[in-house]
Amino acid sequence: MYRSHVLVCGGTGCTSSGSERIVSALEKEIKASNLEEEVKVIKTGCFGLCALGPIMIIYPEGAFYSMVKVEDIPEIVSEHLVKGRIVTRLLYQETVKDDTIKSLNHTQFYAKQKRVALRNCGVIDPENINEYIGMDGYMALGKVLSEMTPEDVVKCVTDSGLRGRGGGGFPTGRKWSFAAAQPKGQKYVCCNADEGDPGAFMDRSVLEGDPHVVIEAMAIAGYAIGANQGYIYVRAEYPIAVKRLQIAINQARENGLLGKNILGSDFDFDLELRLGAGAFVCGEETALMTSIEGKRGEPRPRPPFPAVKGLFGKPTVLNNVETYANIPQIILKGADWFAAMGTEKSKGTKVFALGGKIHNTGLVEVPMGTTLREIIEEIGGGIPNGKKFKAAQTGGPSGGCIPAEHLDIPIDYDNLIAIGSMMGSGGLIVMDEDTCMVDIAKFFLEFTVDESCGKCTPCRIGTKRLYEILDKITKGKATMEDLDKMEELCYHIKANSLCGLGQTAPNPVLSTLHYFRDEYIAHIVDKKCPAGVCKALLSYVIDENKCKGCTLCAKVCPAGAIEGSVKVAHKIDTKKCLKCGACIEKCRFGAIMKK
Amino acid sequence: MANTISSVPFAGTKEQEKELLEVVKKHKGQQGALMPIMQEAQGIYGYLPIEVQKIIARELEVSLEEVYGVATFYSQFSLNPKGQYKISVCLGTACYVKGSGDVYDKLQETLKIKGGECTPDGKFSLEACRCIGACGLAPVLTVNDDVYGRLIVDDVPGILAKYMD
Repeated sequence: MYRSHVLVCGGTGCTSSGSERIVSALEKEIKASNLEEEVKVIKTGCFGLCALGPIMIIYPEGAFYSMVKVEDIPEIVSEHLVKGRIVTRLLYQETVKDDTIKSLNHTQFYAKQKRVALRNCGVIDPENINEYIGMDGYMALGKVLSEMTPEDVVKCVTDSGLRGRGGGGFPTGRKWSFAAAQPKGQKYVCCNADEGDPGAFMDRSVLEGDPHVVIEAMAIAGYAIGANQGYIYVRAEYPIAVKRLQIAINQARENGLLGKNILGSDFDFDLELRLGAGAFVCGEETALMTSIEGKRGEPRPRPPFPAVKGLFGKPTVLNNVETYANIPQIILKGADWFAAMGTEKSKGTKVFALGGKIHNTGLVEVPMGTTLREIIEEIGGGIPNGKKFKAAQTGGPSGGCIPAEHLDIPIDYDNLIAIGSMMGSGGLIVMDEDTCMVDIAKFFLEFTVDESCGKCTPCRIGTKRLYEILDKITKGKATMEDLDKMEELCYHIKANSLCGLGQTAPNPVLSTLHYFRDEYIAHIVDKKCPAGVCKALLSYVIDENKCKGCTLCAKVCPAGAIEGSVKVAHKIDTKKCLKCGACIEKCRFGAIMKK
Repeated sequence: MANTISSVPFAGTKEQEKELLEVVKKHKGQQGALMPIMQEAQGIYGYLPIEVQKIIARELEVSLEEVYGVATFYSQFSLNPKGQYKISVCLGTACYVKGSGDVYDKLQETLKIKGGECTPDGKFSLEACRCIGACGLAPVLTVNDDVYGRLIVDDVPGILAKYMD
């Protein structure tokens, strides 16, 4: 028995800000104070509040230390762990109230959250199966194998109303029922852990913080559809997740929770890891399966759907990590419990990766139907530096930008589609007035051009042409006809592409065009970038009041565009100016600006 | 995914080849073995030159075209050697809106190479990557296993200086 537990976040965000060093320093100090028998240090998964990492919580007090530095460790050990005095100065200040600490659940960031998929993240040691079992882990698998028929399992998942969390939102129970209905024989269960949306990291956090939940859920899916082999396709870019998954699979095998005759039943199931190799299109289900087969990850037309003809030509169920993370609790607590959360057509909770221009970047899990305003202003703590909110981007390269006027719409699958975006995997990037919407559309198109697999023409060539028009606009070289052409092209790409990548690639353009048309027009007609981002449209000007007439800028200008005599304010001839920025670097008075 | 045939002469050793043959032996016969083999081969050689692809094709009894097709499809596979210090700038959305594009430009300018290239002395290679998942620290770059977060353009010279010995 330990009298204190120190939980240090070992997720990627906190690891990047040095939590490994914190753990070593802690272990060293604890040893030096002879507390090894009394205090246990545990590396957990993500707590969610990545902006304040590295994060550390000490129980039983529940003291939440944020932005911990190695230098702070001796004080925390000698004061808190030895003398029992919490180092209030180093706590996350929102948890400090009149010298007592309040529970994390009452802080602005956590108060509105409801943790279902993330319930064990930041709570257990992901590398220890006993901690997962201690949180009712593998109970659902036990229940399924001893009390339920495969039909019962499918019915329970169907009744819960769970929809695919990877973005498409297809009802999970129905997917399972299709595969279950196929004749007996070789079938497969796959997990899509190829989280490709740049700016989304919820799946990674589940894999890093609670890998067993995915294993348990996949075994349940295997039982439900009659499959005895599963594959987890995980990004190679997530080394921590890969390592913890492998450890978890080994532990599950050692404990008889994977392999032959699981828990004494006649059900066999085993899992294998396959690493992705950096191709966004492999998030598409048919492409992912082709990639597991060891080929170029190109999608193929559907039907036949994977439930009929999937991996290696056999019936296959493929779900996303977050979808699986909900399954064991649905089995244990019942379909009604799950269906009681959320909106009419979108049940349960959704995890969002909150990023961009927002105070509390991190992972949040909220019931479906929460409004964007609650997420951004309350949980996210609003926008830093007093800037104004411009748009929230959801759905990554397949989604769209949501303007301020729609902040109060309850978030669910159908509402987001109705306003021209989509749920996607749950990336939520906040943009302020300094973000140029044309530039953002171009950014996403550059991504899809790069990631288009090249198999079908509308996507391969269409996205490239779309990118070129956007590039022209950001350089001030486009006409209003280009805008019409661009819009028309968007609809062609959407209608004619083979897979989801191409069908949704124009969404960032269409949604910004819909809500921020004036910004496009400013670029085209006025040759101005209102947000001051598009370099080609900025002009350099010298502030007469700040310029001392030192002549340095005029000397460094390669185009001879700066005129003026000693001790007199200089001027830039915008026609000659190459916008190279050399003058700004040289100016010692901060007198030159881009406008 | 701008892969081309490398202009750097192949310098694989007998030991590396032996290791590769072991890897092929371990996976051969397994369904979908090609990608895991290529991933491990890249771990051995640091990249996947055509010479290595030929060995894999020969040992697995598949065509070189199939191996090359896979090698050029996935951005993780590199046909060019990487620098001693691999710099990756995250151009995921969260980092991008916080200015990682400017950091990337500054690195290209300072190192006088484009993304995907390596400096002539083999010291630095530069690439853009899509989200390493440290969005809380945006904008982020990595140099081998070191992570640098909450960057501004002016941090670039200081970071490079650490590796200029």
